[in-house]
Amino acid sequence: MVTKPLTKNIDMSRPPLDIGAYEATDGYQSLQAIAKGLSPQDVLQLVKDSGLKGRGGAGFPTGMKWSFVPQGESSPQQKYFVVNADEMEPGTFKDRLLMEGDPHLLLEGIIIGAYTIQANISYIFLRGEYVASEQALNAAIAEARQRGYLGKNILGTGFDLDIIVHTSAGRYICGEETALLNALEGKRANPRAKPPFPQVSGLWGKPTIVNNVETVCNLPGILTYGIDWYHGLTKGNDHGTKLFGISGKVKTPGCWELPLGTTIREIIEDYGGGMRDGLSLRGFLPGGGSTDFMLPEHLDIKFDYDEVAKVGSRLATGTMILLDDQTCPVGMIGNLMKFFAHESCGYCTPCRDGLPWVDEIFRELEAGRGTEKDLEILHEHVDYLGPGRTFCALAPGATAPLGSGLKYFAEDFERHVKEQRCPYRR
Amino acid sequence: MSEMSNESTMVNNVIASSATRARRLNAEEIAEIEHEMELYPDKRAVGLEALKIVQKHQGWVSDESLLAIASYLDIPVADLEGVATFFNLVYRRPVGRKVILFCNSVSCWIMGCDSIKEQIEHRLGIDFGETSEDGDFTLVPVPCLGDCDRAPVMMVGDDLHRNLTPEKIDQIFEQYRKQLTADG
Amino acid sequence: MAKIVVDGVEYEVNPDNNLLQECLSQGLDLPYFCWHPCMGSVGACRQCAVKQYRDEEDKDGILVMACMTAASDGAIISIEDSQAKDMRERVIESLMISHPHDCPVCEEGGECHLQDMTLMSGHNYRRYDKKKVTHRNQYLGPFINHEMNRCITCYRCVRFYDDYAGGTDLAAQAAHHHVYFGRHQDGVLENEFSGNLVEVCPTGVFTDKVFSDHYTRKWDLQSAPSVCTGCAVGCNTTPGERYRSLRRIVNRYNSEVNGYFLCDRGRFGFDYVNSDERLQAASKRVGGGLQAFDEAALSGLLTEFADGEMIGIGSPRASNESNFALRCLVGEQNFYSGLADDEQEATQLVLEMARDQAFHSPSIREIESCDAVVVLGEDVTNTAPRVALALRQAVRNRSLDLAADCNIPAWQDAAVRELAQNERSPLALLSSYASRLDDVASDCVIDSPAALAQQGFAIASELSNQAAAAESDHGDTVKRIAQQLKAAKRPLIIAGTSAGSIALIQAAANIARALHESRGAAIDLCLLVPEVNTLGVSLLANPDNRLGSALSRLAAGEVKKAVVLENDLYRRAPRAAVDSALAKAEQLLVIDQFETATTDQADIVLPSTAFSEHEATYVNYEGRAQLSFQVHRNYRGARPGWRWLMEDADGNVEDLINRCAEEATAFAKLDDLLPAAGDFVASMKIPRQSHRYSGRTAMRSNVNVHEPKQPIDDQSVLAFSMEGIPASKDARLMGAAWSPGWNSNQSISKFQDEVNGELKQGDTGTLLLERSGSGQWYSAPAQAATPAGELQVAPAYQIFGSDELSARSPTIRQRMTDAYVSIAPKDAERLGLKQGDAVSLNGNGSLATACIRTRIKPGTAAVYCGDGQINPHEIGDSVALTKSDVAGERSLSGLIVSDLYEEDY
Repeated sequence: MVTKPLTKNIDMSRPPLDIGAYEATDGYQSLQAIAKGLSPQDVLQLVKDSGLKGRGGAGFPTGMKWSFVPQGESSPQQKYFVVNADEMEPGTFKDRLLMEGDPHLLLEGIIIGAYTIQANISYIFLRGEYVASEQALNAAIAEARQRGYLGKNILGTGFDLDIIVHTSAGRYICGEETALLNALEGKRANPRAKPPFPQVSGLWGKPTIVNNVETVCNLPGILTYGIDWYHGLTKGNDHGTKLFGISGKVKTPGCWELPLGTTIREIIEDYGGGMRDGLSLRGFLPGGGSTDFMLPEHLDIKFDYDEVAKVGSRLATGTMILLDDQTCPVGMIGNLMKFFAHESCGYCTPCRDGLPWVDEIFRELEAGRGTEKDLEILHEHVDYLGPGRTFCALAPGATAPLGSGLKYFAEDFERHVKEQRCPYRR
Repeated sequence: MSEMSNESTMVNNVIASSATRARRLNAEEIAEIEHEMELYPDKRAVGLEALKIVQKHQGWVSDESLLAIASYLDIPVADLEGVATFFNLVYRRPVGRKVILFCNSVSCWIMGCDSIKEQIEHRLGIDFGETSEDGDFTLVPVPCLGDCDRAPVMMVGDDLHRNLTPEKIDQIFEQYRKQLTADG
Repeated sequence: MAKIVVDGVEYEVNPDNNLLQECLSQGLDLPYFCWHPCMGSVGACRQCAVKQYRDEEDKDGILVMACMTAASDGAIISIEDSQAKDMRERVIESLMISHPHDCPVCEEGGECHLQDMTLMSGHNYRRYDKKKVTHRNQYLGPFINHEMNRCITCYRCVRFYDDYAGGTDLAAQAAHHHVYFGRHQDGVLENEFSGNLVEVCPTGVFTDKVFSDHYTRKWDLQSAPSVCTGCAVGCNTTPGERYRSLRRIVNRYNSEVNGYFLCDRGRFGFDYVNSDERLQAASKRVGGGLQAFDEAALSGLLTEFADGEMIGIGSPRASNESNFALRCLVGEQNFYSGLADDEQEATQLVLEMARDQAFHSPSIREIESCDAVVVLGEDVTNTAPRVALALRQAVRNRSLDLAADCNIPAWQDAAVRELAQNERSPLALLSSYASRLDDVASDCVIDSPAALAQQGFAIASELSNQAAAAESDHGDTVKRIAQQLKAAKRPLIIAGTSAGSIALIQAAANIARALHESRGAAIDLCLLVPEVNTLGVSLLANPDNRLGSALSRLAAGEVKKAVVLENDLYRRAPRAAVDSALAKAEQLLVIDQFETATTDQADIVLPSTAFSEHEATYVNYEGRAQLSFQVHRNYRGARPGWRWLMEDADGNVEDLINRCAEEATAFAKLDDLLPAAGDFVASMKIPRQSHRYSGRTAMRSNVNVHEPKQPIDDQSVLAFSMEGIPASKDARLMGAAWSPGWNSNQSISKFQDEVNGELKQGDTGTLLLERSGSGQWYSAPAQAATPAGELQVAPAYQIFGSDELSARSPTIRQRMTDAYVSIAPKDAERLGLKQGDAVSLNGNGSLATACIRTRIKPGTAAVYCGDGQINPHEIGDSVALTKSDVAGERSLSGLIVSDLYEEDY
């Protein structure tokens, strides 16, 4: 009984499995099912029934996303399946593990997804810095092509597919799916207005699905082992396993595949080994830099989409960043604000011009020159940069740690102003 | 090249002036760009790839290279410049033989990357955006390298270095110094 | 129609538009930056935030961007909601973080959309006390100044320049708050519509360099509604004058003609008006030189001169009134249009088509709505630039159809462009050389003018059996083009007189007639002529009166006197013919603005006023007559041509217009253009100066501290003063649009029926020509053989240089190129010519620079004559080229083409 479908083949102390070894662990079984007559509609239904939600951050149901792709005679024949491997969310390190640890799993998932929406070309939009991932993926693609899993008329199904690894050149905004499409087209990676959604008008104006690496890696298991198995994996309300990670000052930081619904305490204490000696947990960002802070009082909630949302944050990437009691929360948030300000694409006003102001204020606070007025302006920006006000989700993402930080760590902000220094600095 | 521009529609207008002239792309660069052109339905999509290819060969993207790529792909040079200057990892100024991509994002910050950076500054005498006097190293901040469980991290060239400490920095750069000296 | 509720008030709106546009159409004030009526929405600036409610029960609502939200039926929104207002104030505050607040020294100040919107949104205190972002500016050529520090990053400049006008050398660069709009390096902005950046930019990043050099605030300019005289399109303009000099030209909205945009010839080609080279005094030839008349001699001048038979030669660059006055003076039988003979023949053919009910002559707006276009031999970018800009919009109709299929509204600009990619409505360019529209063309056929005409006839014969068959070298292309025209909802055929080919116009007519046969409806046939009043003067002159015969009559001594109105005959006929005619003429009176080769021969030279110095009417390529008001007085001795030519020196131009309407066939509706006195309050005049016009009491104080009486305008409904009733509700009579709170050109929406619609008072000019009956089919002429060793001539034109008057502008001169002859590399090799060599044409002394281009048919030579450097009438249908040893001072400097041959590269 497979319990870790995403990482069962991963052992970072050795190179990833080659195609033969991968096949030996049920790899590419799902393609055989397709070859035996599983139609795109069947696969779509399976994925819908699985309850799989996007693992990139937004948590949108994958099957539903796919179902918006126009099909049939009158729809554009050219469609694209794009994998978002531009992992750049601060504190997030799960997709790299999947790509470097088991590249064939991703390829198998891509073939399933592309087949479902009938896309003949798939691009993997990869971070330029992920040199090892690029090598692993390209090697795996060559193997898969040789085996007939890629190319023309795959396993006699009449379905053609090519997978192309596109390496980017560093821009967080490329993680936004429409900005990613612009970047793939060789343009400046400004996001696009939605609607129209990429499913209708995406890459080069053609129907396009953009899915996160981890999302795609869930697909082979669903087809190979079935819905019931998939539904049996979870400990919570959402289905499947999830890569959970911890960075920060725990004893053993890392990334583990666990059932959704595992409690946060279990992850931090059992897997992360608990806080380092002499430190205690002050708070944590549950799913990367653009999620709201959670507090130690939230440790016993089940880590899945709904439970995290109930306490005002988001599961997002599931990679937690831990703040300990000897690290300055203002400094931590300031670091994030600097990141977001720099990574704004510069398209819409609030994000482009609001975030640098926020960043400047944090620098002033850090330098011991912050004022009460500065704090007021920070509070205002939490609203001003919030959802619906900006063109895309980048700035609202920045307001998540900012707004929650201002609320949970108000005293620290006040002390920076009152003492005209960072109280954590010795 | 002349054949290419003969086929061009109109984007690279010729206006007589003393402006910078394009350099010639070398055969390797052209071969790699041609390969990329097979992967996309639109030449424009290759713009960023071509910039990276040229950067790989030349170390950075000079004005002359920018013009050469624009001309080769028949895309407006202003647009290509817009792309080149948008992305963090396209260098429009000369860089050292090794570029240090130093993560100063949140996890690395918590894990003390500031002291690592101080050590690099101390050892190489460079701050972000600067190149060491011997032309060996350029230090560039990078937002998160996706190895946060082994923070602090940095890349030097294509090599990833994890769990950095000030002491490790000295060792690492000692190694590179040797390697670069050996390479001439 | 849909109903929406804005702050509790119900409005009827068009659901196909977005909320911002509809709010503005309703006269509501809602701030915005990135949206533009012609460029749709992209949602970048976030300035037009409003609160939208689900239904009447919903009290919370959500913030939406009005520009990105459809004005769908039942929408309930609030502009006044405090959260929405707060958002808009915040956005302005953000935009102003790095703005230099240099309004006092900024050319945009006083007509700055950013100033207006800042006031409107209530932001008035600067809280940001950190470091500002600053930029380096670029040299962008003689037209445009660059001051990036003022930028608010609305992306309008690149959206206009690249997306709308097809420019390629301006782009957004860098990211986050360092975004920069510029070229990849310093250099001339290449696009022919770059001047619109001045008006498209909501603040002072791109400003008018010519204006800057002698700057005046908008409110201190004396202005009046005017019409551009740069070509036959007749774009509406607002020239502004101060201290006796014409300072600038900006666009004046006309929904049918130019809309919101002008070309750079029109915008920057005016400063010849201020030139010291203008003729200043009425003079007579005494001995070898000119001697000014004294005032007394002037009054009897005409009476004395007009004794006996005279020939009157009019001009396509003179107004209807001046031409008509000349015709009255010399009599119809002695009045000549002043067009070159071949051009006159072509123009008469154009007029024949303009009266044919099978055809319709489309306005610029109508051109934009056409979904399949064939251009036959006309280089519109250089002969009628505004048409080229319209064609760039016409090819987008396909994308709007595609968008509609995907339920993407037309105003979602970025989404529509993304969806359509390179899908465009067909635009077939049949041209003798690569043109500036090739990038959006579906087919480019490059051949000699004669061969292009053959293709045209062949297209027509594909479409109708009745059209004469013609051989084609491009059979598949011809079939495809015919198919595209057939399939189109609104096909358009464009040709014109500039290629010097009657057959091209006939071929265009055949295509349109073939389409008319199958459809029944009138087909859009746009026939272009080169000059502002080519059609007007052609309607006034007897078609049989040819310039050649006028010159012969003079040379033969049949008539001894001639009056030449604003026309340099050496540009209209071979030098020898003009020389012998003028040598024989006993009395030659020439009226013009500048000294020309013709005034050099005159016995009497009378200076005439420039376009901004008189009220006049012109007839554009469509047959649309338009009224252009006088903006300012001529401060030297120039008078309108008609005034020199009328016995009654106190005559009134409006009386003359009325008389022309009565007497001249085809001009019956000309008087419709005149504003009726009853339109105005108590018959008071409309001031040309704004209510903020300043310094009037001081501006002459260096001469005299007493403020002189304002000059009286006895000609029109306008006054040379601030006094009177401002035309604050009537855009017809308003030089510069202004509305309370809206000081920039964006205020025009307050005067439109709806945004982008007609002005509330209508007034788009008057179409003079009536159509009746249907004409004939033409057949392709036999191909004439080109003499061995010679090349077939295709005339070439330049936006900067081919118009005689704007070419006198110092600004335009900086962009002009010398006479050149374009040939294919093969021919260059045969003739031993290298790029930039001096070339002699026909060995007759005509010199041009060799311009070797890859996209020109071997055997063809495209000849650009420069600004009078070559007499086109001394080059036949074919030309012999030889390398000249004359060390050429001429060069190809400033030439912008896409296909210059580069041997070394």
